[in-house]
Amino acid sequence: MQFVFAGASGRAWVLLAILLAVLCAAPWLAGDYLLTVLITILYLAYVGQAWNVMMGFAGQLSLGHAIYVGLGAYAAAVLYVDFGIAPWIGILAAIAIAAACGALIGYLAFRFGVGGVYFAILTIAFAEFARIGFDHFGWVGGSAGFFLPVANYARNDLWNLRGNPTMFYYVMLALTAAGFALCHALLRSRTGYYWQAIREDEEAARSLGINTFRYKMIAVVISGAMTAVAGVFFAFYYNNLFPEQVFHISRSIEIILGPIIGGIGAPFGPIIGAFLLTGASELMQNVLIAIGFDVPGAKQVFYGVALLLVVIVLPGGVWPWLAARLRLSKS
Amino acid sequence: MAGRETAIEQVVEMNELLEVQGIGKRFRGLLAVDDVSFRIPQGSIFAVIGPNGAGKTTLFNMIAGVIAPDRGRISLDGARIDGRRPDEICRRGIGRTFQLVRPFLGLSVEDNVMIGAMLQRPDLRAARRHAHDVLERVDLVGKRAQIASALTLPDRKRLEVARALATDPKLLLLDEVMAGMRPAETDRMVSILTELNRGTGLTILLIEHVMRAVMALAGRVLVLHHGAAIAEGPPGAVMREPAVVQSYLGAEAIA
Repeated sequence: MQFVFAGASGRAWVLLAILLAVLCAAPWLAGDYLLTVLITILYLAYVGQAWNVMMGFAGQLSLGHAIYVGLGAYAAAVLYVDFGIAPWIGILAAIAIAAACGALIGYLAFRFGVGGVYFAILTIAFAEFARIGFDHFGWVGGSAGFFLPVANYARNDLWNLRGNPTMFYYVMLALTAAGFALCHALLRSRTGYYWQAIREDEEAARSLGINTFRYKMIAVVISGAMTAVAGVFFAFYYNNLFPEQVFHISRSIEIILGPIIGGIGAPFGPIIGAFLLTGASELMQNVLIAIGFDVPGAKQVFYGVALLLVVIVLPGGVWPWLAARLRLSKS
Repeated sequence: MAGRETAIEQVVEMNELLEVQGIGKRFRGLLAVDDVSFRIPQGSIFAVIGPNGAGKTTLFNMIAGVIAPDRGRISLDGARIDGRRPDEICRRGIGRTFQLVRPFLGLSVEDNVMIGAMLQRPDLRAARRHAHDVLERVDLVGKRAQIASALTLPDRKRLEVARALATDPKLLLLDEVMAGMRPAETDRMVSILTELNRGTGLTILLIEHVMRAVMALAGRVLVLHHGAAIAEGPPGAVMREPAVVQSYLGAEAIA
């Protein structure tokens, strides 16, 4: 796979600032429907960014990222409902649990030389294990699900993450912006360069004195921890958790589609991918309804076709192509 | 008695940078390297030659830490390094290139070398400055902004030398760095390596097929054949030894 990781130029930052300004103003401009679509987009942009740390930066393919979403979601939800602990504190537990889970998966794989597709299979196995395990985990509801109390809140309670979609929108926007900034900084750090070396050629990286085991572990732990934060949001936004949904492999696939379409390896990729995929599929659905062709599964067909087209026409994703077209990258 | 031995060893090892003592490696039935010993003095250029399958790459990989020897010891600056991981060996001061070049293809030439420079320079700006200096020494500074996948093979080989050099090695291991180069490119590499050796006192261990380069560079040559050392000495003398001629050209040549 040809990776392109051009640094962004001044023009890119101007465009980013405009995008951020528009997104900040969105609740005044958009209706309820558009706002929920935007929340989905930002959520996928954020988890895509988190996944990208492992795959795009360090070259480790995870196909089971739903496990970190699910663990984060359950951890914060249980702490809130059963112990009355606010989600912003529950987030710390979510991060710790997901980081420990990432460390376990990483240790088993990297210590025993499980790489490439076999590593990907291991990540699927862990996510499936969690799904089946939570199905039978009676204390958190098992397959019957775990629910957060829903009530009409007169005003937004940011501390307990109870409120209207506008509040959730801003929380998710802040998370996405923070995730982008973190990844942008990571990629330009010593750790980020070492990740890229490992992604490009692990044996060559080792020959330059890089402890590849340690840096791959750091990637899994950071990626898992970032993803768990999105899980907390997921729990408090949807107010219900079913193992068959949060841990399902389709969730893991959903996470990786955005970065693949947008461009693996660059912090702009997952954001562009999330906007394109979710935006276009919602648009498609509305168009289909408008012309009276409301067939179930049409959206999924569109996803498949879009993926195929991007893989064929733009194997590096949309961002490298877009960056070259708009002369947004430095080189 | 033991004390005296240690004292003698220390005197002998004072200016030996690398010492290989009786190392061996067996792959199932194949004895790839059999009881090979040699010493490389500080600041010298040492070459290992031999026909295909002689065990050169196995020997190289044992020094670089890719595989552990079954027996024997390898010491750098008097400290044992055999059986250590490749990254530990690099941190102790051995840089290497690969027989089939492995640059970081998706990264720029400068980033490739900067990643090597970061080993001793946690500050990224210092690492980038050092990368720039190293690229100047191997004559690649004009291509520093190019993506490594756009480089020709001779340029990729020099990039690998630069990337290894950027880690500030005491000893540079070069695995057939001249292979696949035209004579003009070989001469260019020879002059770069000569300059490094004379200018910075860098010790170099070459594994090489191109005799033109070995004759021009190496102060001493070790000849491997079927995993065993069959000759060692200055290149001119070694190439006249019957055992060496026989192993290279076949028995008929001296019959």
